[in-house]
Amino acid sequence: MGERDDPAGDRSVAAMPEGLWTQPPVEVPELDMEQVRRVTEPATLVYTYTPGLAQTRFLRGLQEGRILGERAEGATDVYVTGRGMDPVLGRATTESVEVGPNATVTAFCVVHIGFGEKAPPTPFVSALIRPDGAAVSLYGTVLGIPYDEVRIGMRVRPVWLPESERSATFECITHWEPIDEPDVPAEELKGHM
Amino acid sequence: MNAERVAVVGIGQTKYSAVRGDVSLPGLLREAAYRALEDAQLTMDDIDAVVVGKAPDFFEGVMMPETYLADALGAVGKPLFRVHTAGSVGGSTALVAASHVQAGLHQRVLTLAWEQQSVSEAMWALSFPVPFRQQLVAGAGGYFAPFIREYMRRSGAPDDVGVLVALKDRLNALKNPYAHLHETEITYDSVKDSFMLWEPIRYSETCPSSDGAVAMVLAAESAAEASAAASGVPPAWVQGTSMRSEPATASGRDQISPRAGSQCAADVFAQAGISDPLQDIDMVEMYVPFSWYEPMWLENLGFAPEGDGWKMTESGRTAMDGDLPVNCSGGVLSSNPIGASGMIRFAEAALQVRNRAGAHQVDGVRRALGHAYGGAGQFFAMWVVGTDKP
Repeated sequence: MGERDDPAGDRSVAAMPEGLWTQPPVEVPELDMEQVRRVTEPATLVYTYTPGLAQTRFLRGLQEGRILGERAEGATDVYVTGRGMDPVLGRATTESVEVGPNATVTAFCVVHIGFGEKAPPTPFVSALIRPDGAAVSLYGTVLGIPYDEVRIGMRVRPVWLPESERSATFECITHWEPIDEPDVPAEELKGHM
Repeated sequence: MNAERVAVVGIGQTKYSAVRGDVSLPGLLREAAYRALEDAQLTMDDIDAVVVGKAPDFFEGVMMPETYLADALGAVGKPLFRVHTAGSVGGSTALVAASHVQAGLHQRVLTLAWEQQSVSEAMWALSFPVPFRQQLVAGAGGYFAPFIREYMRRSGAPDDVGVLVALKDRLNALKNPYAHLHETEITYDSVKDSFMLWEPIRYSETCPSSDGAVAMVLAAESAAEASAAASGVPPAWVQGTSMRSEPATASGRDQISPRAGSQCAADVFAQAGISDPLQDIDMVEMYVPFSWYEPMWLENLGFAPEGDGWKMTESGRTAMDGDLPVNCSGGVLSSNPIGASGMIRFAEAALQVRNRAGAHQVDGVRRALGHAYGGAGQFFAMWVVGTDKP
């Protein structure tokens, strides 16, 4: 529509004719039915995702069974997953560094409620896991040990999908399982969760 | 730089509940906004600008609702500004509104924060499965529970301190007519025996999922005095405001006591001329969505030495009749419309200073702290309000 029908243009609420802001009450006929308050409908969205250079390196690494971190020039901290920059220094990461695969549980909780199809049967352990050589931790689930025997500082390794089933996604690592190595003292894990 | 003085002269809240099915989203906001205007003895015509905040849009499934809210609020033609800082947004929104006055731009600003959790599924929103991102298959509690475990390990706190916090806050909520949860039958044992969700967090130690809105009218000095003269209620003067943030993932970061939080507190106390917060602050409304965050924030904010926060809770010092009452309103553990939860802390601090908190009023509050945090424990917003002009 081009020109407005109303030559006066926008009008303030006070200028509106009486009654324009009141509506007749909604009439709902008496039906012998349960009132519907909520409807659940499945929805699908098809999209193409472009992860960027740093994420692409990381995700391709997972497909090859390697955990690849990133480091800024002259820095010591290796970030995994890399986002292309060191968040403390504010500098671009320039170097790809393989970390892990062995790792340490830096923090965890025991989950007793399920969250969708991807979650293991409850109770299970959701943990922050620091791959050897990395400055920070990844999220993962720890299986292969009773949930009440998981410890802060426990040593673990990733369990990979068979190579033929891998794609460039986080799902390449299905979970983490304990390895027979002494625990890392918890005090050494501060700042690396 | 001389900032204009700013004060809270009007506060309005909705009743918080799981489902406010009787009102639409704009209806919910109008309820809070018009209560705040009535409290300030003003009308929408007196308002120069509106500043709103809520949690990320996917929590409600309504994109950019602020685009139609000027109409819905009856604030057509007024500047309307939205703030985004995840769970701390209610606090940040109040601070942005205050800065509109402090900068000398506006005399009277209406600020609003809300969430209608019933129209969506925030738990799902925090755990949606996309294959190219890290999966936290455990929701918000699963994110924070490991840090609580680590706090318990470091401090050696007895494992029932969280139970004591939840019990205290839910009992305080019985004195607050706006609180979502009014659990008259609650006991120590009922909290302790409640279902374990994210060990070490039990069901009764987590915040509810609420609908609700909160609003405040902030005014410059002369406007605040005029409003107070008309309403007969003293203003709550803003004595300090501060925001800080830090990256979610950074080497050296301490999620148990984030540096952004302690620096934010130090800044806001310095602005208010406070050298000993425990002595100079009369009550605190802090953002405690999971019970253990009370002792954790007591340490982070500087009310207790590192490792000792739980002792303040355990000995009753944070109860209504303690020397540092915390969350007299019932806190986030009793009402959690996410986007509003931070602003409710700020508004409750102002209510206490104005001596208008009703049954949960603490006697003689001269200075109170409002605190909010959000994201991965990385965004912080705080203010100190008091009976005296800064």
